[in-house]
This record gives sequence, structure tokens and C-alpha cells, in this order.
Amino acid sequence: MGAAPILEAIHRHERGRILAALMAELRDLDLAEEALSEAMESALVHWGRAGVPDRPGAWLLTAARRKVIDRWRRAARLAARAPDLRLLAEADAAAREEPAPEIPDERLRLIFTCSHPALEAKTRVALTLRTLGGLTTAEIARAFLDTEPAMGQRLSRAKAKIREAGIPFAVPGPGDWAARLGSVLAVLYLIFNEGYAVTAGAAPLRVDLSAEAIYLARMLDQLRPDEPEVLGLLALMLMTDARRAARLGPDGALVALDRQDRRLWDRAGIAEGEALVDRAMALCAPGPFQIKAAIAALHAAPEIDRRQIFLLYDSLLRFEPTPVVRLNRAVALAETGETAAALALVEALRVDLHSYQPFHAALAELRLRAGQGAAAAEAYGEAIARSGNAAERAFLRTRLAAVQTAADPKKKAEQSSAQVQQGGKDTEGTPVSHEPR
Amino acid sequence: MKYIALIYYDPAEAPQSGGSMNEAYIDFNRRAGAAGVLAGGDALQAPATATVVRMRGGEAQTMDGPFAETKEQLGGYYLLDCADLDQALHWAAQIPGARIGAVEVRPLMIFNA
Repeated sequence: MGAAPILEAIHRHERGRILAALMAELRDLDLAEEALSEAMESALVHWGRAGVPDRPGAWLLTAARRKVIDRWRRAARLAARAPDLRLLAEADAAAREEPAPEIPDERLRLIFTCSHPALEAKTRVALTLRTLGGLTTAEIARAFLDTEPAMGQRLSRAKAKIREAGIPFAVPGPGDWAARLGSVLAVLYLIFNEGYAVTAGAAPLRVDLSAEAIYLARMLDQLRPDEPEVLGLLALMLMTDARRAARLGPDGALVALDRQDRRLWDRAGIAEGEALVDRAMALCAPGPFQIKAAIAALHAAPEIDRRQIFLLYDSLLRFEPTPVVRLNRAVALAETGETAAALALVEALRVDLHSYQPFHAALAELRLRAGQGAAAAEAYGEAIARSGNAAERAFLRTRLAAVQTAADPKKKAEQSSAQVQQGGKDTEGTPVSHEPR
Repeated sequence: MKYIALIYYDPAEAPQSGGSMNEAYIDFNRRAGAAGVLAGGDALQAPATATVVRMRGGEAQTMDGPFAETKEQLGGYYLLDCADLDQALHWAAQIPGARIGAVEVRPLMIFNA
């Protein structure tokens, strides 16, 4: 194998670690990235000639550091940069004494910098994918259906803001910990959902963002073990992802959770998720992701405990008193058999959720159960008009056709009992909101 | 790093000055001063007292009124000397005006001599 593919693999796995280590010394993400890419160019030449070093990651870090030293020397700004340069030279000397040192792991600090609330939400996601996920700007642009120059600009503006506004490269203290961890988890969940929902329906072109989010959550769990909400998020993502193969039917339409072919579920993923939920719960500090994960676990059980799911939504509402959680709670109530009460709760959410597709889909299903065929068909029409992806529309059209058939008295007997479906991400019965916070 | 904390408020929504608001500002000044982050600050007269000047074609054009005709107006500012943005936001959040309006935090430009 030549140097290039090895370099590619190392870059993919060690980029975050090397960048974080450089950031700790330079406090400038832009400079760190440039130095790393120059080091990669050197590596191509050197490794091609002399072979791949024992610890290629450490080699890249040392080379990147020297690139910066050279650059500062060339720029003749030695005086202004003296303290930085000394720090860097010391780090370099230390690396020389021990030819293949471990790269210090500063990634936790980098995670918090990248998802700092002073950055725009989309920027946090892009920056996390670029620095810690090791995705290229082109890949991130494609994932978000942006042009590469626009994404490049977004990333460089972010790096400039980090440097100029003094966004710290630090793990937040106990006072800010919960809120800032929440921001990090929201970023990872957005990445996951972007990959899972495939809102624009262009799946084959997109990198696997769900796998990326799981990779990053595992990294976070490793860097900060036994953090209940980190465990909860990882469990939620693993269990949702484990059902991926059963999510679309042969016709490409979404299949609701309760009708999925369970043989297609990845049992290992679900088992790992369940074990993580147990670990999180044992830490006795409940939070929204743990509750969502517990709900996902109940949905994967052989016998689904509807009452327990409803009670968990009640708890979730205390953490996230949002209309979307209220909607999911109402749907969970319907599943316990309380159709009329659930329908009233859903109807009451119209003002808040009238532009939210799952609201109309849920309304349609509940009206259908309540025997309001015409009103149900109308709500399906509203849901279809608001759906952003093909699989979801296909699913909703099937439901609409079933309602119309049911309205025909001759065929009424063929109608099976309708299940409440919500379409999209929420089909899974997990209380996913568009803005998980 | 030095940060300016610009205090924006809606004059229509603001409580009458004096009373508890003044006490809250006095308390903030005392605490920020004791913590060594207070590098300056002032309250401004009402937006109606503002005059805007522009130089156009070598001539000064003077106009009545605040620069931006928006609901939220600049009411005052603090200069904060902090280690990083987190510390600046920590203090900015405690400015009493943040409770009724919004505080914009921006680093000052550093010019290397």
C-alpha cells in the first residue's frame, strides 16, 4: 500500500486529536488546520521515500508544529510571537526527546469550542464535522445541500470568530456544564437526524451522517465517561439506527414502527442501546435524552408497554415543554386507547404546529380512529402538502388511499384498524423535535 | 481581552428609571469592580437626544434621531476586561438591562503598535 491511502486513513482517525493538540498550543483553529494540511503534504513525500513512521499521528503533529515555527520565523514576527514560539519550541523539543510520543488528547476541549452557543447552530454542526469528524468541506457542503464555497466561508468565519471573540478552548466549569453539554449533545443529535431523516430525499449522494454522529458520541463517552445524558444520547441513536433496515418498505415508503419487520432490526445495536439506558438510569440523574432512549427501548421490547411510554412522555414534558413533545405525548396517549382525549389534545396544538407535517399526520390518524373519515382525508392532504421527502409522501399517500377506500361502504370491511403514524423522524415513536434542545 | 457590552432596550417597554433598577446597577458595578473585570461604562440619555452625522462630498450632513430606527435602542455600555468570551458573557448576563432588553458582547479591536 502506498503512502497516500495510509495517510488518508490516519487523517480520518487522528485528525481531531491532532487538531485539538495543535489548538491547545496555538489557540488558532485556522492556523492549526493549515499547518496540518502542510504536514500532510510533507508526509506524502517523506513516507513515500522512507516508509510510514511507527506513530504516524505523532509524526504529523510534530511536522505541523514545525510548519508553524517555520512560518512564524519567516514572517519575522519573532518578537511579537516570542511566548507562543517558545511554547511551541518546547513542545517540539519534548517530542524530539521521545521520538514517538502519544498525542495529548485535547478533543474534549475542542468539542466544547466547536459547539459553543456563540456560534450559529448550523455552524456548530459543520465545524464539529470538519474538525472532529474529519469530513471534508465538500462532504459537509453536500450533506447540507450547500455549495462548497458557501460552506467554506461559513467554516472560516467560524474559525475567525473563535479566534477574535475569544471563544475559549476549555471544558466548561460546573456552573455552565449542564447547559454547554446540552449544546454539544444537540449538535450531535442534529447531525444524526440529518442523516436519518434525509429530509431532501437524496440519500445516495450524502455521507452517512448518522454513523458520524454515533462515532462522535462514542468519542464523547470515552472522553467523559459515565455522563448520563451522553449515555442516553448514544443509546437513543444506536437504537434508532438499529431499525434503519426496516424503516422503508420494498416500495420505498416509510414503514411505521409498529408495522416494521422486526427480523430486519439490528439486534446487537438494540442490545447495546438497552445496556446503555440501564447504565444511564443507574446514575440517577434523569434527562431528556435518557427518557427518549428509554422510550425507544420500550418500543423495541417484545411486548410494548403503552402506558409506560405515555408516562415517560409525561416526564419528558417536564424537561422539554414544547408543542412537539406535547404532540408525541398525545399520540402515546392514543396508543393506550384514549382516542377521544388524545384527539382533543392534538387539536389544541394547531396554532403552534399548523406548519409541522407530523401534526397533520397524527391528526389524520386520530380522526380516522374516531370515525371522522372525511376530516381524516383532509388532514392527510395537509400532511402530504407539507412533507419534504419522497418516502414520507409515499407513506402518507398510502394512508390517504386507505381512508378513501374506507369511505366507500362496500370496502369498509377490508379496512384494518388504523395505527397512529406520524411520518418522518417521529414515525419511530421517539419524541424527536426539529430543534432538539 | 477587552469586551464592550452594549445594552439595548425598548424605550416603550423599559421601566421608569430609578428605584430597583438603579440599585441593581449599583450592585453590578460593585461586584464587577471587585472581580476586576470592570474597565468602564456609561448610561446614555434617551434615543430622542441622539444626532447622527455623516460626511458626504466633503460636507457634514446632520440628522435628528438615533442611527437605527429599530425598536431596540442602545441605552448604555460597559467595558469589561475578561479572560475569554465565557467570562465576558458570564458578567454581561448579570447586567440588569439584560433582564428587560439584550446585551451585545463584542471584543475590542486590538491594534499592534
